[in-house]
This record gives sequence, C-alpha cells and structure tokens, in this order.
Amino acid sequence: MNYLYAFLTGGAICLLAQILVDKTKLTPANILVMYVCGGVALSACGLYAPFAEFAGAGATVPLTGFGHTLASGVKEAVEKQGLFGCLTGGLTASAAGISAAVIFAALWALLFRSRDKNI
Amino acid sequence: MDKNAYSKLAAEREKRSPSLKDCTFAFLSGGAVCALGQLLKELFSALGAETGTAFSLVSVTLVFAAGLCTGLGFYDKAARVCGAGLFVPITGFSNAVTSPAIEARCEGAVTGVGSEIFKIAGPVIVYGNIASVLYGVIYYIYLCAAG
Repeated sequence: MNYLYAFLTGGAICLLAQILVDKTKLTPANILVMYVCGGVALSACGLYAPFAEFAGAGATVPLTGFGHTLASGVKEAVEKQGLFGCLTGGLTASAAGISAAVIFAALWALLFRSRDKNI
Repeated sequence: MDKNAYSKLAAEREKRSPSLKDCTFAFLSGGAVCALGQLLKELFSALGAETGTAFSLVSVTLVFAAGLCTGLGFYDKAARVCGAGLFVPITGFSNAVTSPAIEARCEGAVTGVGSEIFKIAGPVIVYGNIASVLYGVIYYIYLCAAG
C-alpha cells in the first residue's frame, strides 16, 4: 500500500509541474525554485510533515521534500540554538543530498565525456 | 518583418507540446521514481536505518543512480519524453548538477567543472536556503512571543 501512495502522490506532484510547463511560460528552473520554496512554506505551516507521514517517498523524493528537509532542519535548530539556528539548520539537514550531488557529479565528470544531445 | 508580425508567426509555428501525453508520461514516470524511492526506503529500514536516515540514504542512492544515467546518456533521452516526471524528483536535481559538470569538463577543473556544477541547481539551493532562513527567523519570533 505504501508503494501505491508513493506512486500516486509523487506522480501527482510531477503532473502538476508538467501542467505548469505546458500551460504557462515558466521554465523548469522557475518551477523547481517554486517547488522548493513551496515545500518550505507547506512545512512551515505544519502541513508537509503529516503529508510525508502518509505518502512516504512520494513526499520526500520530489523537490518539495527538499524544501521540507530545509524547513524542518531550521525548526529543530532554532528550538535548540535560538536565532543562530536559522543559519545552521537548513543546510545541516540537507547536507547529505547536496554533498552527494556534488561528489557524484564531480566523479561522473571525471569518468564521462559529454555527448551529442540531439541523437 | 516587424516585431508583432514575427511573434504572431512564431506563435503559429511553435511546436505545441501534446499536453495529455506529456501529463501521462510525467505522472507515470514521476510516480515510478517515487515508488522506487519507497522500495529503497523499505530496504534501508530493513537493514536497520532510522526513518530519517533511511530517507536521506534514498536521496543519496537516487542521486548516485541518476548521475550515472546522465553520464551514460540515458537520463536526458528519457527526460525528453517524461518531462516534469524526471526533473521534479531528486533525480532531476542530480541530473541538473551532473549534466553541466560533464559538459564543462573540457573547460578545466576549477573554472569548468567547479563553477558550472551549480549552474542549474544553484538557484534551487539559493532560494530554498533564503526561504528556510526566513522561516527560521519567523519561527524564532513566534517562539519568543509565545514565551
């Protein structure tokens, strides 16, 4: 059942982005920024945590989940360290994803050459 | 040809993306990536990881796999068909980091790979960070006000 919920919710989040791509002039980069900020906002309102509880990877794998990670990290850090936590919480919580992206991208850049995109 | 006539002509010739097909592929592929994420999460949980750690490991694994597929050239081909289904999940973030890194390889390690790596993914981190710091400040004020 977990898989079905993850599939349906994750699919719906991507579907919404696709509708935005098709029907508006927003570029994918704009939509990704909106999604991350939207994830932060939904998490700040306390809506994203129960959604993630229900949807599992359907909520954490899309980029809105990245926003949720940032926001819940900040929330926890502010509770522990006060105002200073604003600066440390977000990136601490999302460090694994960002570091992995950088390390692996550098590795793949060493191993692969760019290829013709228009094949 | 003046500007108005040109934009009219451009609008007529513009390749309209067939919306229903795009949306179906986006839904199915995005859902599939998330279901795969759920499978990995159950796997890491079964191996003894806590829920939070398990989801972080899912992100790391998907980032690794999507980067590899980008390097092998599969990801961009699939993304052309699947659209948002492959750029909204964390795999799309990985693709957005890996793709310019590979492209910039010939421009050197520092000014090439080093600076281009966040060319597309940078805005996401910048604005995500700004939004989360703003939220932190508001939350701090709320905590102070609530005593």
